Amino acid sequence: MATKPTFQPSFILHHSSFIVDLIVMLKILKYSFYDLIRSRWTYIYCAFYLLFTLSLLWLSNDLSKVVISLMNVVLLLCPLIATMFGVMYYYNSREFTELLLAQPIKRTSIFLGQYLGVAGSLSASWLIGTGVPFILYGVFGSAQAGNFLMLALIGVALSFIFSALAFLIALKNENRIKGFGLAIVVWLFFAVVYDGFLLLALSYFSDYPLEKFSLAASMLNPIDLSRILILLKLDISALMGFTGAVFRKFIGTGMGMAVSVLVLAVWAILPAWGIGRVAMKKDF
Amino acid sequence: MISIHQLHKSFGKNHILKGIDLAFEKPGIIAVLGPNGSGKTTLIKSILGMVLPSAGELKIGNQNIKNQWQYRQKIAYLPQIARFPDNLTVRELLNMIKDLRGKSEDEAGLIDLFELGPHLKSRLGNLSGGTRQKVNLVLTFMYDCPIIILDEPTAGLDPISLVKLKELIEYQRSIGKTILITTHVMSLVEELADEVVYLLEGHIHFRGSLTTLKETYHETSVERAIASLLERQKGKLEFSSNGHQAYIPAFVHPSSFIVHR
Repeated sequence: MATKPTFQPSFILHHSSFIVDLIVMLKILKYSFYDLIRSRWTYIYCAFYLLFTLSLLWLSNDLSKVVISLMNVVLLLCPLIATMFGVMYYYNSREFTELLLAQPIKRTSIFLGQYLGVAGSLSASWLIGTGVPFILYGVFGSAQAGNFLMLALIGVALSFIFSALAFLIALKNENRIKGFGLAIVVWLFFAVVYDGFLLLALSYFSDYPLEKFSLAASMLNPIDLSRILILLKLDISALMGFTGAVFRKFIGTGMGMAVSVLVLAVWAILPAWGIGRVAMKKDF
Repeated sequence: MISIHQLHKSFGKNHILKGIDLAFEKPGIIAVLGPNGSGKTTLIKSILGMVLPSAGELKIGNQNIKNQWQYRQKIAYLPQIARFPDNLTVRELLNMIKDLRGKSEDEAGLIDLFELGPHLKSRLGNLSGGTRQKVNLVLTFMYDCPIIILDEPTAGLDPISLVKLKELIEYQRSIGKTILITTHVMSLVEELADEVVYLLEGHIHFRGSLTTLKETYHETSVERAIASLLERQKGKLEFSSNGHQAYIPAFVHPSSFIVHR
C-alpha cells in the first residue's frame, strides 16, 4: 500500500513517555470537566450546598457549630453523590469512551482522565457551594479559618475516594444495574454498616484492650477517618468518641492528623491505580 | 497493511473468533459481512485494540499491535453507535479530537459537505440521531489515515447524506486507502465493495471479489448469493418452531434468520 506521508499528528504522540501520557490525560480531564460542569446535576448539587451553608450560617452565628453541622452532612452526602456520579458518568459515556479508545492514546490516560474530571467537578461544586458563603461571612478573618479549610479538604478527599471506587466498580461490571447496586452497597457499608459492626465488636470484646484494633479499624474506613480527622482539628473531645480519643492518646493530635491525611491519600490512590490496571485488561 | 494470523477470541465460554487468518495488502474497499453474532464487530475491535485477542497475532504495517497504541494513528474508525458527551457542543467535540490527534486538514470541507455549520454551537445531547451520525462521519474522515474502518456507516442517514457518504468513500478509495466496512445494507456492498469477507460462526466462510461471490453461487445479486451461501452451509434453512421450511423473500437479509436457528 502506498503510504502517504500526509498524516500530521502532533509530534508529541510519537514519543511515548510519562509526560506525554500525562498531557493526554489532562486533556481528557479537561473535556470531562467541561462536560460535567454544564450538567444540570452539578448545578443542583452546588446549589444545595450553597443554600444549606447559607441557612446554617444564618441560623447559627457560631462558625464552629456550622462546621460541625456541615461535617455531619458532608460525611454522608459527599461519598453518596460521588458514588452515584461516578457510576452514572462511566455508564453514560461508554459509547464515547469507545470512540476515545479508537484514538491513538493510551487506555489508562482515558480512564484516569475521566475519573479525575468527575472527581474534579464534584469537588468544585462542593468548594464553591460551601466556600462562597463562608468567605462572604468572613471566615478567613476568624479563628475558624483552619477548621473550615480542613472541612473543605475532607469534602474534596471523600469526593475523590468515592468516585474512584465507583469508577472501579463500574469498570468491573458491564451490567449497569449490578454496577449501580454494588456501588450503593459499598457506600452504605462505609457510611452506615461498618460503624455498626465496629460498635458491636467493641462492645462484645470490651474486656480486651481494643485500642490498636479500633485504630486499625478506623483506618480501613475513609468516612470514619475523615470524621476523626476533622474532630482532631476541631479538638472537641466530647464528640471524638473512642477511636478519636485513642488517636489522640496514642499518636497525638498533630501526628494523628498527619497519619489520617496520609491514609486518606492512599484511599484515593489505590482505587485509581486499580482503574488503570483493570482498564488495561478489559475488552470493550 | 493489515495482517491477522490465527486470531482467537473468547468471552468466557463464548468462542467468538475461531482462528481468523486475513491479510489486506492492496488498497480497496472490503465489506466484512456476516450474520449477527458472527464476530464482525469483535474482529474490527481486535484490529483497533479495543478487544484483546485470546490468541493469535495482529499486525498493522509490520508492527505487532499487542499493548501498542501509537499504531492507531494510522486508523480512522467510525463506531456503530454515535453517542457523545451530551453537554459538549459539536465545535468542542471536534476541538477535543483535534487536541488529542493533532490538526486536521479536511475538517472545514467535511462540515460543509454534511451541512453541519448551523449545528456547530449546538450541544451534542440535543442533536438528532442522523445529525449525530454526520458528526461521527466528520470525526472519522477528518484525518488522513491509510486504514479506514466503518461500522454500519449508513445508520440514520438521509438519502442526500447517503449519496455524499458513498462519494466520499469512493474518493478515499481512489487515493489509495484500505477501507473496511461492515453493513447489513447489501446495496451498499454491491455499489462499493471490491472484496467481500463473509464471517460465519467465527470462521471466514468466504473471501473474494463480488463477481466471484456471485459466480460461485450462480446468482445475479450479492443478496441472493449470500442467501444461497447460507443455504448451502445449513442445508435448508428452518426457522419455524415446528420445523416447517419457509420461503425467504429476496428482500429480507438472510442473516436475520440465522440467530433463530
